[in-house]
Amino acid sequence: MSVTVKIPTPLRPLTRGRDSVQVAGATARQVLESLEKECAGIRARVCDERGEMRRFVNLFLNDEDIRHLQGLDTLVKDGDILSIVPAIAGGAEAGSANSLRGKQG
Amino acid sequence: MLILDPEAENAMRDHTESGYPHEVCGLLLGRCDAGSEMRRVAEARPAANLNLERAADRYELSPADFLRIEREARSRELEVVGVYHSHPDHPSRPSETDRLRAEEIWQSSESWSYLILEVASGGMASRRSWVLKQGIFAEEEIQVLPFRR
Repeated sequence: MSVTVKIPTPLRPLTRGRDSVQVAGATARQVLESLEKECAGIRARVCDERGEMRRFVNLFLNDEDIRHLQGLDTLVKDGDILSIVPAIAGGAEAGSANSLRGKQG
Repeated sequence: MLILDPEAENAMRDHTESGYPHEVCGLLLGRCDAGSEMRRVAEARPAANLNLERAADRYELSPADFLRIEREARSRELEVVGVYHSHPDHPSRPSETDRLRAEEIWQSSESWSYLILEVASGGMASRRSWVLKQGIFAEEEIQVLPFRR
């Protein structure tokens, strides 16, 4: 199975600038393994040390969030598009603002 | 450096002011010139804030909107070069919440701008742009110039 993985802009340094990468695999997990072989370091941005998806990253298979399918075990087929979509969030609430000041140069 | 098209800036101003006192968010579409830290923004696209419980001081940009807007950008040979969000009645500097969530996703994202717009009841008060470098937000200069391909 050949699947196209769409890469968001901030992760493109890991794909040598490519906005999409074609890799093989029968499940979303296998696709990420193939992607890691081609673009070292990218799987760690999507999955944690246990190999499960990070909380703030989504994978969409075509138009569907794979969390609503079978997660990383979701089957993929030839020609599918797997998009890495960040869960971008934040907010004005200051939280521990002192630590921010401490870390700013 | 972030270069904003004047119409994109106006669109963000309208969005943040009409959303007040809630936080609003959206994506910046444009070009990131190869080998340069300069991002040129052609358009600003509103996205849904999914955090309804704390809409006054939190945002969570809809992943479905991200997917839709990114697709549109690609089809027009643009890319998503950053995100904007408003800070109602708060300064336009990143909160620790902003930093933690940015770091968790990207670690470092020198090719991506976080534009923050301070908005009060009288309208937009300030806007500043930030880049995450090794877990720390550094401010970047903003210029307003018409976008040219």
